[in-house]
Amino acid sequence: MKILVTMKRVPDPTQKVKVTKEGHIDLTGASYIPNTFDEYALETALRLLENGESNTRQAGSEIVLVSLGPDDAGKEIRNGLAMGADRAIHVVTTDAEIDALVVAKVLQGVIEAEKPDVVVMGKQAVDGDSNLVGQMLAGKLGWPQATFAASVELADGGKAAVVGREVDGGVEYKKVNLPAVITVDLRIIAPHAVKNGVTPATFAYAGEGARLPSLKGIMAAKKKPLASKKLADFGAEPKPLIKELGVVLPPPRAAGQIVADIPTLVKKLADEAKAL
Amino acid sequence: MGNVLALCEFHGDALKQSALSNLAFARAAAKEHGGDVVALLVGAGSAAAGANAAKYAGKVVTIDDPKLEHYLAETYAPIVARLAKEHGATVVTATATSLGKDLVPRVAALLDAGVASDIKSIAAKTQFVRPILAGNAYSTVDIGTPIVCVTVRQSEFEPAAELGAAGAVSTAAAGDIDSLGATFVKIDAQKSDRPELTDAKVVVSGGRGMKTGENFKVLEQLADLLGAAMGASRAATDAGMVPADWQVGQTGKIVAPSLYFAVAISGAIQHLAGMKGSKTIVAINKNKDEPIFQVADYGVVMEWEKAIPELITEIKKLKAAR
Ligand SMILES: Cc1cc2nc3c(=O)[nH]c(=O)nc-3n(C[C@H](O)[C@H](O)[C@H](O)COP(=O)(O)OP(=O)(O)OC[C@H]3O[C@@H](n4cnc5c(N)ncnc54)[C@H](O)[C@@H]3O)c2cc1C
Ligand SMILES: Nc1ncnc2c1ncn2[C@@H]1O[C@H](COP(=O)(O)O)[C@@H](O)[C@H]1O
Repeated sequence: MKILVTMKRVPDPTQKVKVTKEGHIDLTGASYIPNTFDEYALETALRLLENGESNTRQAGSEIVLVSLGPDDAGKEIRNGLAMGADRAIHVVTTDAEIDALVVAKVLQGVIEAEKPDVVVMGKQAVDGDSNLVGQMLAGKLGWPQATFAASVELADGGKAAVVGREVDGGVEYKKVNLPAVITVDLRIIAPHAVKNGVTPATFAYAGEGARLPSLKGIMAAKKKPLASKKLADFGAEPKPLIKELGVVLPPPRAAGQIVADIPTLVKKLADEAKAL
Repeated sequence: MGNVLALCEFHGDALKQSALSNLAFARAAAKEHGGDVVALLVGAGSAAAGANAAKYAGKVVTIDDPKLEHYLAETYAPIVARLAKEHGATVVTATATSLGKDLVPRVAALLDAGVASDIKSIAAKTQFVRPILAGNAYSTVDIGTPIVCVTVRQSEFEPAAELGAAGAVSTAAAGDIDSLGATFVKIDAQKSDRPELTDAKVVVSGGRGMKTGENFKVLEQLADLLGAAMGASRAATDAGMVPADWQVGQTGKIVAPSLYFAVAISGAIQHLAGMKGSKTIVAINKNKDEPIFQVADYGVVMEWEKAIPELITEIKKLKAAR
């Protein structure tokens, strides 16, 4: 099975948000991380293709990592290779040149060339919080989609997947024939969330996030192929039609107060805040 | 000139509360675009909700087909895209529910349209304001495609009020339905008499410090006393203490009730992103240095084990005295 995983690098969310004089996000000196949901997507792909207990990858399986981003995004891509992706495609561009439409178009081009059995992506990039690209891509490809996946189980001998989707009212189970686009939610990294019929059902993945690269993985990543491409290679132009005009910081909340005890709290909620 | 196609979710014979926020936006967009609001109800049973929808929109179209018993993006998207063209829509909009978020970008792909997702306001005809970076900045985006797709953050739009006269209801055929092999298997849903998290006037949320799902019972008592919905932090949902759809935050549900209780929640930016818009925030936490106290209007530094039973008693007393 061949899986394509997408990865965007995002500014480290723990940094304080600053705005430039021109009214855009100030990223001077910012540090970056791989979008957490994309790390989870890669973790999902690895779990789909390995025996988690014996820690061995299925023969003939492949994970291709794709990222659109600036030149210096190589670090986050290498991190994905070190986690276990087999090779990567880096479409070199800048944030100002792309939007969800451009990203979806480029990914469509990559997929038409690579012909993966399934595309696994994050549900949302935590910088723009858009939650768009996976669904747009599936629509463009005419593929089924299973978004907000909290669990994935391969079915029909690997020709389909049953995906547990986190929806407003609970968890919806949807079966999609492959190829399909799957976007993952937070719970996908739960101990038993991914079932591939190979990892014993008794085996529980540990850890609170995606796996960290091992030393061996880091060494191996240096030799893995990383192809550098341009938007034009996929027929895309650096002309975003979703344009950011400017950003502002939200108004701060007025300072609150610490109250001494519960009777005081209830009194203030009733009389002052008129909330009870 | 263009019309606004507003996809409205319904339940039984009435629109869901979430749809009314979408219609409020749709009216504002229709003004900018010089057109009409067309409310679109898709799915088996939608015809029954048409009359209710007509209280809020001048035109209502229902597409009621037994083959649309379960929502699937694969079957709904081509229908919405087709209706957008048939009705000369320059705006296609839905509330940013899990359905809206799943469907609208797929519709946009079929229409070659750009999307402004999870918007908080409309700034001009094709310009929208949306929170980014976990709500730590508001970005104004301009969508340069002929058709504009939008999902609307429910908490930012007051529900649309009823119109003076009822609108016209018509039906349309679903056309060919091809699910591309996708099938609905089942839904694991928790039945609850509490209000929906995104509609509730009061929300009681618990975090990792609650330690077990069993311990949430006392929070549920508080919630029921207040007619509140239950919420939680990611840590509590991830640990399986409570269902995942209780998660409030950047990547969960966005709520803005009049009163929000954060109990044993530290106040990570991702959590704050989902509740900062609440009118009054109460934090109950044993550690006075937690960031949750920076957004709380009222903070109590106390263990929940002591605080919550006392809070229930005091609120009961207050209610009895009224
Ligand atoms: C990509 C991504 C997306 C995320 N999205 C979300 C999201 O949408 N929503 C969300 O909530 N989080 C989200 N998170 C997680 C977030 O970063 C925090 O990890 C999470 O919110 C912490 O939950 P918590 O406050 O319950 O746990 P903790 O941070 O562990 O806090 C527990 C709190 O309980 C208090 N406490 C302990 N015992 C008691 C007691 N007996 N009485 C009173 N207080 C007590 C402690 O003082 C502490 O403040 C996301 C993270 C990532 C990486
Ligand atoms: N520049 C990019 N490069 C690679 N993947 C991307 C990029 N932008 C978005 N994606 C993918 O699309 C998902 C959803 O992103 P978004 O629609 O921007 O919230 C992300 O989790 C990524 O997997």
